[in-house]
Amino acid sequence: MPMPRKASRAVAFAALAGLAAPVAVMAQSDAPAPAGPAARTAPIGLGERPSEELLRAWNIDISPDGENLPQGSGSVSEGETIFAQSCAVCHGADGTGGPMDRLAGGKGTLDTDDPVKTVGSYWPYATTLYDYVHRAMPFDNPQSLTADEVYAVTAYVLHLNELVPQDAVMDAQSLPQVEMPNRDAFEQMDTVTLPEAEACMSDCQPFDVDMQAATPSEIEEEQVQ
Amino acid sequence: MTKSDDHAPVDRSRRRLLAAAGLGGAALAGPAVLTRPALAQAAGPLVPESMLQQGEPILSPPYGVPSRFEEDVVRRATDLTPTALSSWSFTPLQDLHGIITPNGLFYERHHNGVPAIDPDAHRLMLHGLVERPLVFTMNDLMRFPAVSVIHFLECSGNSLSEYASPAASVQTSHGLVSCVEWTGVRLSTLLDEAGVRPEGKWVLAEGADGAGMTRSVPIEKALDDALIAFGQNGEMLRPEQGYPVRLMLPGYEGNMSIKWLRRLKVAERPFMTREETSKYTDLMPDGTSRQFTFTMQAKSVITRPAAGGTIAGGPGPLEISGVAWSGAGRVRRVDVTVDGGRSWQQAQLDGEPLPKAMTRFRLPWRWDGAPTVIASRVTDETGYVQPTREALLEARGTNYVYHYNAIAPWKIGANGEVTNAYAAQS
Ligand code: HEC
Repeated sequence: MPMPRKASRAVAFAALAGLAAPVAVMAQSDAPAPAGPAARTAPIGLGERPSEELLRAWNIDISPDGENLPQGSGSVSEGETIFAQSCAVCHGADGTGGPMDRLAGGKGTLDTDDPVKTVGSYWPYATTLYDYVHRAMPFDNPQSLTADEVYAVTAYVLHLNELVPQDAVMDAQSLPQVEMPNRDAFEQMDTVTLPEAEACMSDCQPFDVDMQAATPSEIEEEQVQ
Repeated sequence: MTKSDDHAPVDRSRRRLLAAAGLGGAALAGPAVLTRPALAQAAGPLVPESMLQQGEPILSPPYGVPSRFEEDVVRRATDLTPTALSSWSFTPLQDLHGIITPNGLFYERHHNGVPAIDPDAHRLMLHGLVERPLVFTMNDLMRFPAVSVIHFLECSGNSLSEYASPAASVQTSHGLVSCVEWTGVRLSTLLDEAGVRPEGKWVLAEGADGAGMTRSVPIEKALDDALIAFGQNGEMLRPEQGYPVRLMLPGYEGNMSIKWLRRLKVAERPFMTREETSKYTDLMPDGTSRQFTFTMQAKSVITRPAAGGTIAGGPGPLEISGVAWSGAGRVRRVDVTVDGGRSWQQAQLDGEPLPKAMTRFRLPWRWDGAPTVIASRVTDETGYVQPTREALLEARGTNYVYHYNAIAPWKIGANGEVTNAYAAQS
């Protein structure tokens, strides 16, 4: 795709610096944007600068290095109380009972036929737990917990997974330090293409269909019963 | 998964079968089926009732709905999830024609229900590593230059049943894919408006739902064909599809196209949200996992005749038809087998395939009434050939969950019943 991206950046920087945009660049970016997915447009002048207050209120994501973690703290024992009140009904008293997602256990199961993915066995970052519980839990009352309360249940869930001791306190410093056992087990890649297959047209290997799902009449019978 | 997973397509084809038989009988029996108002008797018994009376006036109703005879063409829910608030429902592929999914039949996947959002109150914030953080109203967004493009959207979990115990109907085995015309602003347009700093490599997208759904998108994709979409098949997005505005990442796994989009934040690194660590990662047999497997690879399925249904009317001529798509680009060709995979014929494609969109394929066929196995196999423009289930399982094992795209063999019984068939061993 030809130029306009850089040109539009130049205009953006010029506008930012309060300079008149260079005439040549303006002329270029006035030309019809090239068709196709990567077409670029010059700044158009829509949207407003958000207030600092709005930015603060909305900027809730927590980075894996702990950036953006709020002030406050919470202990395992405080978390135990909050968990019993606000979480146990869906996740079980010790995070394994359900009926919703299992939060603890599963250690050593990932390479078996029955892998149990939990915060302890699977999650690569402890910070994700703060981010997620704060934004999405309790499921029936999201964003109802204070920062201290989120730190506390986070500490408790980590403790249930034997990742922090009974007397642990989680805050912006300690949480990113928690070592997650499955941290290095993720390989970042796009969907892997299988080895080049050939589209066989004749004398091909037939399907080996020795199994089948329920047939339409089997399902119908089951329904009638 | 139980056998009762899905049944309704059966009811439907059964009903059609009966309807066809009924009409045949009626032609002989006459008045029993073709009852007519007494005053119109002059027309004779073979004239349909609809010609003998006035119909409904305009605006019946103001927002049109399908014929009442189509009332069982609906989305159906999975029975795998413990709550309907974080669950999914399937598009009835067996009942659709062409490549466009009607808005009311677009598959659903939400993580904490469907929020009701007033577009006048809705805001989209763009901040992080940008020169100028911006917040847009819906009106602002709709004043930008827009485009309309046709793309499929497929849940990364579409066909997850097929890894372990295949589902009974094409709706539940393949119905987490839909294809519509999207209208919106290129994300690149908004990013240019804010001025991305050179360090900006990833964009966090966040939804305004109770799940605060979040995913990290690589800047290359954001600057390529990503869309901030507000239109769906000519009307505003449906609430289940992110009203009033969503992200649309053509060819990528569906969950990344964040609905009810409220915030975009540019950063140097991915954010490692729950939805890209705990979920939507792919567990390999050795216990390691693949992360950021974005692209939905080429896949095709025969939707008529299809598993869970019956060939109405028995042996004779019929058209085999289905859909194919690829997150990597255009469909190049689709081959169909009617003899259990021994030989394949190239199917006809409806028109020129569009990139990252569904393509409808067709093959005229004469079913002789003998049991057989039929299937389709797509090749996309990159040369990628849709794999067999055996090849996929060999490469991934059965703990993988997402991105299942293998060939789907349908077994046709002597009674015309169509069943999802597979090999027990990989
Ligand atoms: C009303 C039921 C309910 C309550 C109460 C609840 N949760 Fe959840 N929780 C869920 C559901 C449902 C999910 C899965 C959501 C999804 O599918 O995206 C979930 C998911 C989670 C997860 C992610 C699990 C994973 O492996 O990805 C964590 C962590 C979690 N909850 C923690 C908590 C904590 C801590 C509390 C209390 C503060 C809590 N939950 C209260 C229903 C609940």
